[in-house]
Amino acid sequence: MMNHSQSTGADYNYTIVRQFALTTVLWGIFGMAVGVLIAAQLIWPQLNFDTPWLTFSRLRPLHTNAVIFAFGTSALFATSYYVVQRTCQVRLFAPKLAAFTFWGWQAVIIAAAITLPLGITQSKEYAELEWPIDIAITIIWVSYAIVFFGTIAKRTTSHIYVANWFFGAFIITVAVLHIVNSMAVPVSLFKSYSLYSGAVDAMVQWWYGHNAVGFLLTAGFLGMMYYFVPKQAGRPVYSYRLSIVHFWALIALYIWAGPHHLHYTALPDWTQSLGMVMSLILFAPSWGGMINGIMTLSGAWHKLRTDPVLRFLVVSLSFYGMSTFEGPMMAIKTVNALSHYTDWTIGHVHSGALGWVAMVSIGSLYHLVPVLFGHGRMYSTSLVNVHFWLATIGTVLYIVSMWISGVMQGLMWRAVNSDGTLTYSFVESLEASYPFYFVRFLGGCFFLTGMLIMAYNVLRTVKAPKESLPALAEA
Amino acid sequence: MDYGTFQGILTIIVMVTFVGIFYWAYSKHSKSNFDEAANLVFSDDELAKMSKDSGEQK
Repeated sequence: MMNHSQSTGADYNYTIVRQFALTTVLWGIFGMAVGVLIAAQLIWPQLNFDTPWLTFSRLRPLHTNAVIFAFGTSALFATSYYVVQRTCQVRLFAPKLAAFTFWGWQAVIIAAAITLPLGITQSKEYAELEWPIDIAITIIWVSYAIVFFGTIAKRTTSHIYVANWFFGAFIITVAVLHIVNSMAVPVSLFKSYSLYSGAVDAMVQWWYGHNAVGFLLTAGFLGMMYYFVPKQAGRPVYSYRLSIVHFWALIALYIWAGPHHLHYTALPDWTQSLGMVMSLILFAPSWGGMINGIMTLSGAWHKLRTDPVLRFLVVSLSFYGMSTFEGPMMAIKTVNALSHYTDWTIGHVHSGALGWVAMVSIGSLYHLVPVLFGHGRMYSTSLVNVHFWLATIGTVLYIVSMWISGVMQGLMWRAVNSDGTLTYSFVESLEASYPFYFVRFLGGCFFLTGMLIMAYNVLRTVKAPKESLPALAEA
Repeated sequence: MDYGTFQGILTIIVMVTFVGIFYWAYSKHSKSNFDEAANLVFSDDELAKMSKDSGEQK
């Protein structure tokens, strides 16, 4: 890996970008494979083999942690380190500290992969890891911030490109969220109790949870979008003005949206209504970003016909637009009364996670890998195309099956007979969901197969002899 | 000052700030700066190419 560092480009530190780019693919496959396994367990429960560490309850947090913090966050590390160097036109600040963020982050991932199946957990959703790992994450994250903002501080350009604003907001906010939500009193090496209790605990947890969506899975990946979409389309971003306005609106609003996870709970009613209203307004800046990304292609639409990498990026923006329309709608209390606790929520999350987060990362990686390893293109463009269709079909199968299953569950749970008794038992709604669970499993298999094809394509690109993969002529 | 008045003033400050950002972003004199910034995505290529060429000459 090291001996490539002089072969490409300016005096940029690509070693760290290469490391994170390759681990993104690896952890993507791992996290999604666990996802497919637990999807299969919901249809065939015997797949836990009566082993405690293979039960759904332990593997589900492993799946979410692996895809969000191992796959997604590795992609963010890779792209932010790449973009900040190239748009600031300067080498990465503190290269040793940057290397520490890589090895430290891998250690955290491995610690998570060991402790979660063992059942060691703080039982806070998306913040399950116990206190020693939480402290390690904090140290690594602060190092990440030093490297990133240090690079911006020594930039040779006069402007800070908008992608770096999004990456910067993501880094700062995730640090704040993680530290506040992880406050706990340790009682032993593997056990701690949260500093918060009751409704306050729930509110802090979902303030964290929704802003992990808002700043890690949205702002961070918008930073990715603002570099790779214009770059791949060969045109500057549609409206730089819009990017500034929607940036400030987005970060000002997301912070308030958390309570929509706690509709009709012990949370004060006014807090629920506030969360609902803020979630509804959030639709505007979300679509500002989506429109800005898609309109960047105006005048270059024909490139979509020949360039599957651009197709990944544009379809990811379509899924982003779709799930940021669905999200505010589901935050409306009356809609939430139907959708909450059903599979609709799972479908919504995956429309964002597979359609937006994974596809924009995959598209960016297909742009990134040839550049990092000194090639003009990927080993096989047609395999990129195959991956595109597998990912798109997989995502659509997943979200459509969960929509139908979720709405059906919501309607069955609220159905009452004329004498006021429930029409259906819970088990009846579960039985009715089985066919949709199978379609979801199928969708997951499609998506995972695409990732395996990507791994093969990336491996062949990395191993390809120099000059053997020249860029294709502009169509 | 009671808490309600404090929140009211805070809301106005936030609103004025947002309108200010909007006004600044859409004002005429920002245009050329923004065009320059938007093209940073492409100026990195020239830089990468230049140093690659000079590297090969050695």
